[in-house]
Amino acid sequence: MTNTNDHIILPEGSIEKQTNTLNLGPTHPATHGVFQNIVELDGERILKATSTVGYIHRAFEKIAERRPLYQITPLTDRLNYCSSPLNNMGWHITCEKLLGVTIPKRVDYLRIIIMELSRISDHLICNSIVGVDSGAYSGFLYLMQYRELIYEIYEEICGSRLTTNIGRIGGFERNFNATAFTKLEKFIKEYPAVLKEFENLFTRNRIFMDRTIGTGPISAERALNYGFTGPNLRAAGVDYDVRVHTPYSSYEDMDFIIPVGKTGDCYDRFLVRNEEMWQSLSIIEQAYQKVQEFKGTEAEVFHADSPAYYLPEKKDVYTKMEALIYHFKIIMGETNIPAGEVYSSIEAANGELGFYLVSDGGRTPYRLHFRRPCFIYYQAFPELIKGGMLSDAIITMSSLNLIAGELDA
Amino acid sequence: MSRPVQFNNHVKFEGIPEGYMGEGFMATNLEKVVSLARKNSIWPLPFATSCCGIEFMATAASHYDIARFGAERMSFSPRQCDLIFVMGTISKKMGPVLRQVYLQMAEPRWVMAVGACASSGGIFDSYSVLQGIDQVIPVDVYVPGCPPRPEAYLDGFMKIQELVNAEGLRRRYSDQYKDMLASYGIQ
Amino acid sequence: MALTNETIQQKLTEKFGEQLTDWQTPYGMLTFTAPAALNLKVLQYLYDDAELRFQFLTDLQAVHYPDNKGAELAVVYHLHNLVDNIRLRFKVFADISKPDVYSATALYQSANFMERETYDFFGVNFVGHPNLIRILNVDEMDYFPMRKEFPVEDQTRIDKDDEMFGRG
Repeated sequence: MTNTNDHIILPEGSIEKQTNTLNLGPTHPATHGVFQNIVELDGERILKATSTVGYIHRAFEKIAERRPLYQITPLTDRLNYCSSPLNNMGWHITCEKLLGVTIPKRVDYLRIIIMELSRISDHLICNSIVGVDSGAYSGFLYLMQYRELIYEIYEEICGSRLTTNIGRIGGFERNFNATAFTKLEKFIKEYPAVLKEFENLFTRNRIFMDRTIGTGPISAERALNYGFTGPNLRAAGVDYDVRVHTPYSSYEDMDFIIPVGKTGDCYDRFLVRNEEMWQSLSIIEQAYQKVQEFKGTEAEVFHADSPAYYLPEKKDVYTKMEALIYHFKIIMGETNIPAGEVYSSIEAANGELGFYLVSDGGRTPYRLHFRRPCFIYYQAFPELIKGGMLSDAIITMSSLNLIAGELDA
Repeated sequence: MSRPVQFNNHVKFEGIPEGYMGEGFMATNLEKVVSLARKNSIWPLPFATSCCGIEFMATAASHYDIARFGAERMSFSPRQCDLIFVMGTISKKMGPVLRQVYLQMAEPRWVMAVGACASSGGIFDSYSVLQGIDQVIPVDVYVPGCPPRPEAYLDGFMKIQELVNAEGLRRRYSDQYKDMLASYGIQ
Repeated sequence: MALTNETIQQKLTEKFGEQLTDWQTPYGMLTFTAPAALNLKVLQYLYDDAELRFQFLTDLQAVHYPDNKGAELAVVYHLHNLVDNIRLRFKVFADISKPDVYSATALYQSANFMERETYDFFGVNFVGHPNLIRILNVDEMDYFPMRKEFPVEDQTRIDKDDEMFGRG
């Protein structure tokens, strides 16, 4: 079933003699990530688009069948690499569900802080890139400065900036030190002013509004049928947020609203992401306050007490027999995963990131499948851009926040 | 309240090449002058596929600022660029595309493989990932890291600058270079 | 009356009887198995019924069980009822020599890419899919890589020393 483009009929009133085929190829400055779209154009209007994906297929699911659970965390980093900690936490939550590990409250709140920071960093990139694609480069530079501060916070905890491998099954690898909290306070203090400045540049900017209002709209029914989740679905009017529907990691203790749009066009998506950044900031403040309420020995808790899955402390490994055995078993990957299947999902920056883990009692998963939100809502892209102009297609693609690593996995 | 004006006195200047100076003129080796011009105005093509591309965005932003080194204009057309940064995993599906882009570049051209995936396949030892872009195109500088820090990007870029400086004007016409391209199947 | 796993199971057994088997609830999610010929009917019933309202397809993929002779490929559907907030999982098994399963694209547009991915990785032939071609792998690939008999690494590599990697 190839090349059905011969049947494309030009609309009434078109001044062209035939349609133009344009390859928005895998390497294109405006496609963030490697996607190919072959579009049929009538002048500047798009009549039909065919997408090809798979240019960065790295076979995560096959590789995961060979690795013990904690070695899969670096793979999850590279799914949505703009917000790696969210993916890491989602994976750890799935493993803890399967292994039956309960997490102390303080760890939950620390996880919330990290997850919301990475949600902010992902929405920062998406919104500033929508600006860059419509020609406004300065907003991107203002916001990237604060992304550097978020990277510094990650570095204090896990040592890495982008692909973080942060946290372990059962908690974190080390307690957050005083510098991390100082940087977090600096972020909480300085970021609102910058976000306000960014909003002043874009939200009521006449040119930006003209470019984004009405481009790439989708109705709520079509969005649900296409499997949209996350900010794109909320911009279409459906208030589905996994943090509220199936609360995980003590999100039920946090007080926040879910911003919802109306028409699902690019402007709505921009506004929903913007408001989500404000909500995330408020969640971080609440979680930080709750963390500070733990005093004394409780403030030293940064992992669950489950030696079978979380490495025991080194001083115990050198003195106690059981700790030595657990350490050996975990490092050599010889802990057996209980048999069963679990599906667990979190609200990642793009939508519902789900992990379907099937285990047959061995050391590695029998089957691991990532339910990647980008892959599923990218199917709607040809429908979103049909009838619009080519430059609208570019803005639609960047406002959907398509991350190639997550799409192809 | 504006902060007090500061002047940066620690700017490092490029040295003038050796030559014979006179009143209003200077005679020197053409190679030296051309190399000086080339190395401080390299226009890169960011061929960003995955995570390393995000660190590239951080390098190009104001904190690390690759524009200081001359890479001010990111050319997205291979015909107009000098250097191609290959950042991120190149899969077997993408290999021919990368080769096509490399073939479209005009001489003199340099290639920098950024990140573990571009250098050697990285952590993805799987059936669908090209184990290093030097399977399809010749590479000048490899920058390791997963992803490399922006300082590592700048270090790699500075090594490219050293290569550009030392290259000379005749290298691209030499037999050795032609043989090397032939070994990749490029005429 | 709130919708619970028991009421869903009851309604489904009323409609389909003994054809739905293997009822389990691992980690709180109701799971059952349906015969391959019935998958569209089950999906349609779950979609249309006024009480059940499972109108969101969360996930669709397959698992390969080489030891289950005659039913090696399991296609797994995850559904979600957004209004009552209940999730459901059901599986259909297909024989590997003739893995035909009816396509859900008429009902859910999101099934399009997901079924192509399942075909690409496992070789499940979705009958009625508008464009069932490979999606993530190269088009010239002639095997289905996620099946258990194939390894992760590229078999055509000549520069890697297998001795050093424990595969000598």
